[in-house]
Amino acid sequence: MAERTLVEAVNEALHVEMERDAMIMVMGEDVGRAGGVFRATAGLRDRFGVDRCVDTPLAEAGILGTAIGLAMAGWRPVCEMQYESFSYPCLDQLITHVGRYRWRTGGAMQFPLTIRMPTGGGVRAPELHEDSPEAYYVHTPGVKVAIPSTPADAKGLLAAAIRDPDPVVLMEPKVLYRSPRGEVPEGEHVVPLGKARIAREGTDVTLIAYGGMVPVCLEAAEQLEASAEVVDIRSLKPLDEDTILASVGKTGRVVVVQEAPRVAGFGAEIVAVIAEKAILDLQGPILRVTGYDVPFPYWSVEHEYLPTPARVAEAAEKVLAY
Amino acid sequence: MARVLPAEHDVRRIIGDGDLVADGEVDGLDEAALLDLYRAMILLRTYDERSVVYHRQGRIGTYAIFWGHEAIQAGSALALADEDWIFPSYRESAIGLLRGMPPETVLAWWRGHPAGWWDPREFRLASITVPIATHVPHAAGYAWGAKLKGEGACAIAYFGDGATSEGAFHEGANFAAVMRAPVVLLCNNNQWAISTPLEAQTRAESLADKAVGYGMPGVRVDGGDVLAVYEATAEALARARAGDGPTFIEALTYRAAPHATADDPSAYWDEERVEEERRNECVGRYESYLRRIGALGDELAAEIRADALARMKAGIAAAEALPPPAPEEVFAHAYVDPPPGLRDG
Repeated sequence: MAERTLVEAVNEALHVEMERDAMIMVMGEDVGRAGGVFRATAGLRDRFGVDRCVDTPLAEAGILGTAIGLAMAGWRPVCEMQYESFSYPCLDQLITHVGRYRWRTGGAMQFPLTIRMPTGGGVRAPELHEDSPEAYYVHTPGVKVAIPSTPADAKGLLAAAIRDPDPVVLMEPKVLYRSPRGEVPEGEHVVPLGKARIAREGTDVTLIAYGGMVPVCLEAAEQLEASAEVVDIRSLKPLDEDTILASVGKTGRVVVVQEAPRVAGFGAEIVAVIAEKAILDLQGPILRVTGYDVPFPYWSVEHEYLPTPARVAEAAEKVLAY
Repeated sequence: MARVLPAEHDVRRIIGDGDLVADGEVDGLDEAALLDLYRAMILLRTYDERSVVYHRQGRIGTYAIFWGHEAIQAGSALALADEDWIFPSYRESAIGLLRGMPPETVLAWWRGHPAGWWDPREFRLASITVPIATHVPHAAGYAWGAKLKGEGACAIAYFGDGATSEGAFHEGANFAAVMRAPVVLLCNNNQWAISTPLEAQTRAESLADKAVGYGMPGVRVDGGDVLAVYEATAEALARARAGDGPTFIEALTYRAAPHATADDPSAYWDEERVEEERRNECVGRYESYLRRIGALGDELAAEIRADALARMKAGIAAAEALPPPAPEEVFAHAYVDPPPGLRDG
C-alpha cells in the first residue's frame, strides 16, 4: 500500500494497465507532452510511445468517433475528455454510436473503450469547468458509468473500466484530485463495477452519494447525533441495488445527495428504486439534497450551490424527526 | 510531407459520348474487370428498383433510394482490396452486395428485422450509419488503428454533400489528415440533401476545395462515370497505402430520384433537369461504353440483368421467410455484460 492522491491513482492505473495490455492506448487533448492538464496521464508518452499516448486535435467528438474506429481495428482506447463540460460534443458519438454499435452488429463486435473525465465543482474554476453531467451518460443505453470518491477506488474502477468489454465512462471528482490522500494497493488493482461501498457504518439514517458528495456526507454524519450510514454508490450503472436496499432496510430513513442540478438527476433514480422496492422499510419520506436547476454558478458563489455538510445534516434531521 | 496542391477542379471523365468526346480507358482494367463493374452496377440498380417496388407493396419499410449513384458505389468499391473496410451511409445500404452479402440481409435491414445486422468483420463492412457524417471519424479511426498495427488495410467512408456541413465530417477529416490515416473520403455530391440544394449548403466553389484546408488532395470526378470513380479511388488508395494519408473525392452526380420513399420531391426540384439527368444516367452510359468497345452484347447484358433479378427475388423471398424476431432480441445485444435490471420496464 502507498499513500496516493486520487489523480496519482488514476495515473498509476493507466501505467499498470498499459503495461499489462499492449492494445490499450490513451488519447485526448494534451495527454501526451503535457501529461494531461491534471497530470493524470503523466509519463505515459515517454514510457509507451507516441502511438499509445496520443495528443489529439482539439475535437471531443473526433476523439470519441475515432476511438470507435480504433476499437473496430482491435485497440482498447482510453479517451480523456479534458473537462466534463468539454465532453458535451462527444455526446453525439456516445449516444448515436458508442452505446449502440455492439447492438447494431447483433452482438458480434465489442467496443471496449473507456472515456474518463474530471467532473464536478468546488475548485473555483471558470464557467463550464465544474458541471456534473453524469445523468446524460447514465441515461445512454449501452454505456456504463462509475464515479470514484477515493484514490483506491479511482485506481480500481479505472482498471475495471479498461478491462470491461463494454464502453465505460469514468468520472473523476476534480475536487478530490489532490486531497485527501489515501491508501492505494500497488500493482494490479481492480474494483468491480456494480458494487457500492459502505463508506461509514451506521444504524439510524442512510446518506447515499457518489463522487465529491461522499466526503460531504461523511462530514455531515460526524455532525449528526444519530448514527448515520454513508453509502458510496461508486458505480451508477450497473447500480448495486442490494447494498442500497440493505442499508435502507436497516435504517428506514434516507437522504440522497447529488451535486448535479435536481431535476431528473441520478439521485431521482436512486429514490425511485427505493420507493419501488423498499417502501415498507421507510420511516419517512426520502429527501434529496442537490444542486439547483440553474447553470453552475460563478465560482465566487459556488459554495451557495454545492450541497454542504450542514444542508445534508439538516435533511437527515428532518427525516429522523419525521 | 508532400505539398498539397489546390483541389483538382476539372471533373475527371473517362467514358466518352460516342460522338464528340472520345472514350478513355483505365490502366489495369481488363475486359473481365470491366464486366465485373457492369455486373456490380446492374446488381445495385436492380436492388434499388426492386426495393422501391417492394416498399410500395408493403414488403419493406421506408427506403433510401440510390438510383443514379451506382457508378459511385460500384466504381469505388471495386477499387478496394478485400481487406479494406467500407463505412457506408444509408445511401450505400446495399454496397455489401458487392462484397458477397446476400440481398436478404440488406432487405431484412429495411424490414426492421435483426437478421439485417451483420458482423462488420465478415464483409469488412461497418454498419449502415443513419446519422449524417458521424461515421467519418469511425473510418479515420479504423484506418489509423490498422496503420498503427502495421496492417495494410485502408478504409473508405461514403457520405453526401450535406454531410460536409456537419461537424463530424470536419473532425473526421481533420483527424484523418493529422494521423495520416489511410482512408478515402468519398463525397457523393448529388446536389441535394432531401430538399436543400447544394447552394444552400455551402458557399465553397467546390466541395473538393475543402480538402485543401485539411492538407489532403481533393479530386473531382464525374459520379456518373464508373471508370473515372474507379480510377480516382484506386489512386487515392495507392496514396494511402504508400503512407501519404487521406484523399477527398467529390463525385458529382444528381439525385434524379426522391431522397427516400417517404419523400415527394415535386415540391422542390426542377422536372426538366431531372429528366435530363435521367436520360444521362450512369448505368446506361457505361453500358453504351461497353457496347462501343465490344465488351458487351445483348445476350450477355440480358443474362446479367436476369441474374441480378433472380438474386433479388430469392432475396426478398428469404427475407420474408425469416421468422419474426424473438422478444429476447430486444435485450440480447446492448451489452456484453448487461447490468441487472435491464428487463425492468
